[in-house]
Amino acid sequence: MTRLNLARYPWIKSLLLSRWPQFLTHAVLLAGFIFTILVGLLGPVVGSHNFAVIFVWIAWWSALKLFFIPLGGRSWCSICPIPVPGEWLQRGGILKSTGQGWGLGKRWPKFLRGNWIQSGVFLLIGLFSAVILTSARITALVLLGVILLSLVLSLFYERRAFCRYICPIGGFTGLYALAAPLEVRSKYPSVCAGEAGKIHYAACPWGINPLALKANTNCGLCMECLRVCPNDNFAVNLRPFGSDLGPQTKLHLDETFLGLVMLSSVLVDAAIFLGPWGALKSAAYTIGSIPWLVFTTVFLGISLTVIPGLYALAIWTGQQLSKSQIPFRKALAQQGQVLIPLGLMAWIAFTISFAFTKFSYVLPVLSDPVGLGWNLLALGKPAWTVDTNLIYLILKAAALVGGLLWSSRVALRLADGTNPHKQSLPTIGFCMLFTLVMLWLLIG
Amino acid sequence: MCNPKHTRSQENIVEYIQPWQLVIVIALMGVFIPLPRPAEKSTDRNIRIEASRFNYSPSELYVNPGDKVTIELVSNDVTHGFSLDSYGLNLTAVPGQTARVTFVADHPGAFRWRCTVTCGNMHPFMIGKLQVGPNLLLWRAITLGTLAVAAVFWSVHK
Repeated sequence: MTRLNLARYPWIKSLLLSRWPQFLTHAVLLAGFIFTILVGLLGPVVGSHNFAVIFVWIAWWSALKLFFIPLGGRSWCSICPIPVPGEWLQRGGILKSTGQGWGLGKRWPKFLRGNWIQSGVFLLIGLFSAVILTSARITALVLLGVILLSLVLSLFYERRAFCRYICPIGGFTGLYALAAPLEVRSKYPSVCAGEAGKIHYAACPWGINPLALKANTNCGLCMECLRVCPNDNFAVNLRPFGSDLGPQTKLHLDETFLGLVMLSSVLVDAAIFLGPWGALKSAAYTIGSIPWLVFTTVFLGISLTVIPGLYALAIWTGQQLSKSQIPFRKALAQQGQVLIPLGLMAWIAFTISFAFTKFSYVLPVLSDPVGLGWNLLALGKPAWTVDTNLIYLILKAAALVGGLLWSSRVALRLADGTNPHKQSLPTIGFCMLFTLVMLWLLIG
Repeated sequence: MCNPKHTRSQENIVEYIQPWQLVIVIALMGVFIPLPRPAEKSTDRNIRIEASRFNYSPSELYVNPGDKVTIELVSNDVTHGFSLDSYGLNLTAVPGQTARVTFVADHPGAFRWRCTVTCGNMHPFMIGKLQVGPNLLLWRAITLGTLAVAAVFWSVHK
């Protein structure tokens, strides 16, 4: 498939090879992160008037789903400030390792590897989302907890254990990065083979061997492999969307489960935040109450039983129809790739609804970021609402239908039996059912 | 008698057109062709909506295109607002006072209304829904999705 190596352009290459642009971005974002925590704790109590809530859950969360992931895969991970303090300690230096780093450097326990913990954390966020997304104090405490946990884990475990195994955003971006049009790959794996190749693995903060990289999931686009390679053997490629999706990529069961959790999360979030059901909003918000317990039961039932059950039924039916010889467990994992375009486009459609109607809250908090009554941008009125007119509705419908089309193509490409159409039909049926529910929630 | 030249040209066209291309054409027609609307008698409707924190009751309304709708907004706790997408309506209900607005439901489709007065943490998500006639956009999207899947089925050969 066609690739365009961006590093062939000298000015891009010099930007990528220098550690300074990345350091400066990290420094600015880390300062912004600390500022956000402080404003969340000390600023206005009402969420929609607090910089922390608006900036994290409307500006950043929307930018991540509309820009960073679809266009750059894990590009956010390359500038994320959360693991930075821990990484500086591990290295014993800010720009690069001095060999006098702190930390025990233990390997992450084998039984905790994969995306299982990330799926659990994502479900937990879903359970408490009505409070986390609307309360400035809780948002600040979550951010504080996340950066402290990342710091502590980096003192015990080697490299970016937090990002790879705990961070729910890391799981989210890693999975959907398979569909993104950006990748880092070695130009000729044989060139750096042998002893010389170990330098790349040693430099990679993500603990992967960049020479053997075949899919985007665990590559944080930090560019360290480019910087240390003595043979200039790495490319930063622009590629067609969804290049990693197909039989050449092997998905594991934990990744498929994460994909299913993402589907249930977007369904439930769309119902809570964009639906007209006040009782559901109240139930999700009043943590510990009887309605919240009912909501928890339904949410976990959908996430752990209904959606995985329907998906498994679709895969099993496809296996039976096509008389495929592939073991059911393996098919369950491998066909999980259809969940990637389906989920990504559903999150984009959700974000079009969520962000565009709430974007009007961004300017007022920028005008008065600490809640002291300032009006730095000389705005006339407090928060107003944006009319969700026909264009937004069409964009949402197009995103959902596009996701269905894309996932159907992936399902057919993944089919292995003698009759690929029969094998993929139930999986496509599952995708259609999901798309119908999302259409009903977002434009119904 | 058929003109042999003409027949060959027709055959070439049929060979050239792939089934999935035909599906795309049908899909585009399904999306953009205006559909006739059933003529329903417009009536006057008075609807009382009670607003309390993060909830409207009723939160979903259905009216026919052309209906003259009067909304009476009553707040049961703190001050709440009412802003209806695409209709440019704005109401504010102070507890103890009823706010009213009358409009003609002349835009068909499904529209959200939202609270415009900060009433608590979940205020940005205090939403209701007005449906005016059938939601054609939803049905067109479903049709398009179904046809898209059919096109993929035809276009992918293993």
